[in-house]
Amino acid sequence: MAYTVSGKTVEADEEGYLVNINEWNEELAGLIAKDENVPMTPEHWEVVNFLREYYAEYQIAPAVRVLTKAIAKKMGPEKGSNKYLYELFPYGPAKQACKIAGLPKPTGCV
Amino acid sequence: MADYEIPTLGDVEERPIPQLAPGAMANAKTCYPASAAHQEALGFPGGLVPDWQEKAIAKMGDLLGRYRSLQVFMDICVKCGACTDKCHYFLGTGDPKNMPVARQDLFRSVYRRYFTPAGKMFPALVGAKDFTRELLDEWYNYFHQCSQCRRCSVFCPYGIDTAEISMAAREIMDHIGVGQKYCNEILGKVHKIGNNLGLPEPALANTLEGLEEDVKDETGLDVKYPLDVEGAEVLLITPSADFFAEPHVMGLIGYGKVFHAAGVSWTLSSYASEAANFSMFIGNYDHLRKAALRIRKAAQDLKVKRIIFGECGHAWRVAYSFLNTVAGPWDFLDPRYPVPQHILEFTYDLIRRKGIKLDRSGNEGKVLTIHDSCNVARGSRMGDFPGGQFAIPREVIKASVPTFVDMHRDTICEKTFCCGGGGGLLTDELMDLRIKGVKPRAEALKQVVDDHGVTHMASICAICKSQFTKVLPYYGFDREMIVSAHQLVSDAIVLGDNG
Repeated sequence: MAYTVSGKTVEADEEGYLVNINEWNEELAGLIAKDENVPMTPEHWEVVNFLREYYAEYQIAPAVRVLTKAIAKKMGPEKGSNKYLYELFPYGPAKQACKIAGLPKPTGCV
Repeated sequence: MADYEIPTLGDVEERPIPQLAPGAMANAKTCYPASAAHQEALGFPGGLVPDWQEKAIAKMGDLLGRYRSLQVFMDICVKCGACTDKCHYFLGTGDPKNMPVARQDLFRSVYRRYFTPAGKMFPALVGAKDFTRELLDEWYNYFHQCSQCRRCSVFCPYGIDTAEISMAAREIMDHIGVGQKYCNEILGKVHKIGNNLGLPEPALANTLEGLEEDVKDETGLDVKYPLDVEGAEVLLITPSADFFAEPHVMGLIGYGKVFHAAGVSWTLSSYASEAANFSMFIGNYDHLRKAALRIRKAAQDLKVKRIIFGECGHAWRVAYSFLNTVAGPWDFLDPRYPVPQHILEFTYDLIRRKGIKLDRSGNEGKVLTIHDSCNVARGSRMGDFPGGQFAIPREVIKASVPTFVDMHRDTICEKTFCCGGGGGLLTDELMDLRIKGVKPRAEALKQVVDDHGVTHMASICAICKSQFTKVLPYYGFDREMIVSAHQLVSDAIVLGDNG
């Protein structure tokens, strides 16, 4: 499949994950989120931005626990839980948030 | 969440044979095919080869000659019907093609056509079929509706193992260029990076440091989660999901606490950072060996004395049943310990010898049950007594929690149902199948929740944990009721006072 953003076509795999993560931009994230029925609030952006920062450093999405800790630090301890992340990204923070952040899908028994 | 049709849960005592729904899953969304890059990385053709039929039949002949079991399974079925209502995918979908015998017959019909005199001469009389493109598509669809859990084989009077047939079918398909994306992409990552996730060493180190901080915050103690420590006594091989996902990571935290309390030095390996071995799901022993040899190399490089496996179902089958054959001999390890050992055996032994202390009040209010993972239940053992793979996890859990209740007898131990996501089917595009496949387990779980107030279900397999946390909410269960067995140990173990 592919996304069209500002007249440009961006290639994605069968599931909607970007083929080339460098083609990501915020407008595209908004588009992917819309496809996923995820309304992007500042909290969503916090998660997405953290994922991208972590990925830039480690070439992999952070473990769910690493993510919850980072969110707790940024947004307060009451939001540092898997449950809260599921509220933001109902299909699961790891996969759905990665997709919106333009990162590859986490694979394996997850 | 409303996109799927959720089966209605019935009474586990009755579990009627479902109304047949022919063709119900014939056009179901099947798994994404592996791309040329994923295929070629494993040495398989990048796409369907032009002479695929000839190649497939040749490969079938090769497998029939190599595995006597496969040959016997092809010839011995008497169509007694004992298996028909034993598969969770049949029970969840009602599609008669998900009856184990029907799944076998997809393979058997081709076998008869090309390998038996009657099938060569009178195909229509003996259910023999030409291997057409339509039949190949049916193979791809229905051999990816088998989680290779082997429940049907328990009830087959001849012990026909549909899992082995489904593995052989996938091996044949891989060899003609028709692979499955989920398994083959993952295997490529294991060979290249060392784990299913593709988690590189720096990220793994960072994740483990984070766990050390968390456990320090929780306990005030320096419980270590060591990586690549040469000379450690134990090499722990655990599914990479334990580093990444919830509730898996709580189990990993528990393993570390047990090693800490027991005073046994241990390490993880960044080179062999995966217990899972998806080669088994695609029936390929070359890749199975290649993945297993990473463990051998890590054990030698790190000069460990013992190898212990974390909570992972099919990994334990591969470890228990194949590791010595494909990656042995392990004569460089300490012969006083089993090779390999399961973390539950290790913890159980410590509990018995009073090497660790557990305080059940750490899990106050919890009423536990356990989901026996198929590959542990039917493909391995634990301990040195028959049924150890059932008793040992239960004993460890019972020592950690106030109350334990087993689910219905037809759904536990050797009769356990698959979680619905095993065998290489834990992929998002199969969500409909996964939701339907968990139905028998969900029924049994509901009964103990309703009748006995069960609050949590422990699982000892990364796939089961991910599958349940994903699909049980569709049936109204809370995602967080799924726990790792060592998560319970983690919450009960008494640290810092082991004198």
